[in-house]
Amino acid sequence: MNATTLLLTVAGTVGMALFGLLAGLWFTGIDRVLAARMQARIGPPVRQPFIDLAKLLVKQNVVPANAIPWLFNGAPLLALASAITILLYIPMAALPGLPVLGLHGDLVLIMYLLLVPGLAMVAGGLASGSPYATIGAQREMVTMIAYELPLASTVIAFAWKLAQMDIANPFSLATLAATPLWTLVGPIGFMGLLLLLGTMILVVPGELGRIPFDAPEAETEIAGGLLVEYSGRNLALFSLSLAVKTIVVTSLIVALFFPWNFTQLVPIACCPFLAAAANAAFFLFKLFVVLFFSVTLVRISVARFRITQVVDVYWKVLGALSLVGLILVMADAYVR
Amino acid sequence: MKTIEVKKPSGYATQIGPAHPALKEPVMFSLDIEGERIKKADFVPGMAHRGVEWMGMRRNCIQTMYLAERICGICGITHSISFSRAVEQIAQIQVPNRAHYIRSIVGELERIHSHLLWAGVAAHELGFDSAFYLAWRVRENVMDLLEYLTGNRVHYAMIQIGGVRRDIVPDQFPRIEESMKFFEDAYAKLAAVFLDDTTVQMRCRDCGVLTYDEARELCPVGPTARASGIKKDVRIDHSYAAYGDIEIQYQTPDLLTGEVRGDVYDRIITRLLEVKQSIGIVRQLLAMLPDGPLLAIPKPAVLLAKLKGAAGEAVGRHEAPRGEVMHYVRLEAGKDEPAAWKVKASSYSNYMAWIPMMEGEQIADIPIIAASIDPCISCTDRVALVRPDSRQILTKEDLHRLSVEKTRRIQAALAK
Repeated sequence: MNATTLLLTVAGTVGMALFGLLAGLWFTGIDRVLAARMQARIGPPVRQPFIDLAKLLVKQNVVPANAIPWLFNGAPLLALASAITILLYIPMAALPGLPVLGLHGDLVLIMYLLLVPGLAMVAGGLASGSPYATIGAQREMVTMIAYELPLASTVIAFAWKLAQMDIANPFSLATLAATPLWTLVGPIGFMGLLLLLGTMILVVPGELGRIPFDAPEAETEIAGGLLVEYSGRNLALFSLSLAVKTIVVTSLIVALFFPWNFTQLVPIACCPFLAAAANAAFFLFKLFVVLFFSVTLVRISVARFRITQVVDVYWKVLGALSLVGLILVMADAYVR
Repeated sequence: MKTIEVKKPSGYATQIGPAHPALKEPVMFSLDIEGERIKKADFVPGMAHRGVEWMGMRRNCIQTMYLAERICGICGITHSISFSRAVEQIAQIQVPNRAHYIRSIVGELERIHSHLLWAGVAAHELGFDSAFYLAWRVRENVMDLLEYLTGNRVHYAMIQIGGVRRDIVPDQFPRIEESMKFFEDAYAKLAAVFLDDTTVQMRCRDCGVLTYDEARELCPVGPTARASGIKKDVRIDHSYAAYGDIEIQYQTPDLLTGEVRGDVYDRIITRLLEVKQSIGIVRQLLAMLPDGPLLAIPKPAVLLAKLKGAAGEAVGRHEAPRGEVMHYVRLEAGKDEPAAWKVKASSYSNYMAWIPMMEGEQIADIPIIAASIDPCISCTDRVALVRPDSRQILTKEDLHRLSVEKTRRIQAALAK
């Protein structure tokens, strides 16, 4: 790696981090306004997450007396850093130089990296020395184990299909972005993919700790759970990592299920700048659609599950659905 | 060889409250928990002392009646009716029929308002905020109606000893009927949201069960008792005001589902059925509203003189939205103020039901179980203020002095 690529990578990383933070907060604001409108409220201004962040940053950062300070303070940093790291691997709009580390990672790496922000929250919760945070940390671990089954089934379905088509590097994200699976399967496989899409849509609220899968934070039960002792700068970092994670998880769904670029649908030949802008805008639109259906719409229409019900829903219902989806995708290959 | 018995740590103890997002008012639960499961539950009430009875025993009866209304922000009419009924019995004041009807009408409107407020709180405890906003939006209509009839959204100041202070005239009937129609539609909507929603059923069905036998032993009142299948309602068992003249039935969950399970879901059903019942009662009462005076003794000075001469003791009861409320009053001849005043709020009878409901359930169920009896802690708590080292009662002068001092401190800080 020479100096130029190193410099470009660093610049790209900073750029992606900024994009993740800003877009994440912005999307959080949109989510809040839309949820409010659907509940017949006016809701906060779209920039409310930025206002909240500014307020948190000037607030006192309290470390409880019986917390483990280095772990307690380190966990929010780890959560934010790991969330930004995932962003460097996920294919987004076909812009030059994206994803920043596109040549290195694959889907399996992303699955592992996705666990890190959650684990950081667990570590922070256990380190804060509060019974509520401990309960929250236990619930977060259980939730992570729960949504892993439908997530893994989906990833396996994609990789298996690509491998079966004799496409090189089936786990690579560049391959996924280049080959929309919808076009490779017949009607049975199409139904399988629809099932997988449905389950992934419901994995998102679990990943992001939103209703109905927000048992780890459950405000009315354990007063914010994992985050109960966090305040000021540390809480700001956690809210930023959640914002970035929102972008990460929705981008992953977009990359898996909706990899098309605007220029593929409507060719813009005249100027490359316009094409890039159109692609970027189209990508943000896709993120918004995924976010709306997987977070906003879900969280306003149901009640919170108990942690046992979270496991039941992810394993028995969504796990079964995703396995059926996986089997349908496989069956499709042999039927044709 | 000696075997050493290793005692496995079987869980941990934790507390919910006195200040906790699940609780709208201060009460403390101490819990033995194993994983997510509650092994043993207990509660510590007595965190919200206001000294209302002490204050009431230093005012004349009319003033105390308005003070009684302020015991609770939600069921104000409850306490003023109960107190008035006790005083009226002692002084042998015959309340005019029209006043009885108006008391019942306002009481039923308050029941609609209280149950809708509860439905919103319960939905919020479940994390179902859309239903919370829906219920509270519907509730605005009854608040508006109460303001239209009485002049106030809360603390209606409608009751006077010996009758009521304001009339309900035929010109106002269309506005009331309009609201009743609105609530009939709202009932259908709320029933769809609360009773048909899968996630609400997942959370509330067979959760926080109070069996019929447990309910018999613990004597809860109101919807908490009726949801366990106990047919108990002061309006029917000891008819008062206008309730003796109308058709009224115990609202138990089997009216809707055909069975009684005594869980949180049944308590939701019971309260929703009571909203529907109250709509019917208001309509019946309006249709039958008799003519006549509003007050037995219209002049407050005459009333006070009569009360000063009265002596004796009595209990006044009312079926509040949460269940039976009871006021014990003793008057002595020659004294303006009550010689004794004891308030038993409905939640006082319902608290004990928390323990069998909570034991064996999960931590996640604590908020909805706590809310399911619709506890009104400020109605119930009236224990003296005790500090570990001293026990003192702050007088009005003390409170005034403290607030003046604080204002000065704030002014001084702002001036800097």
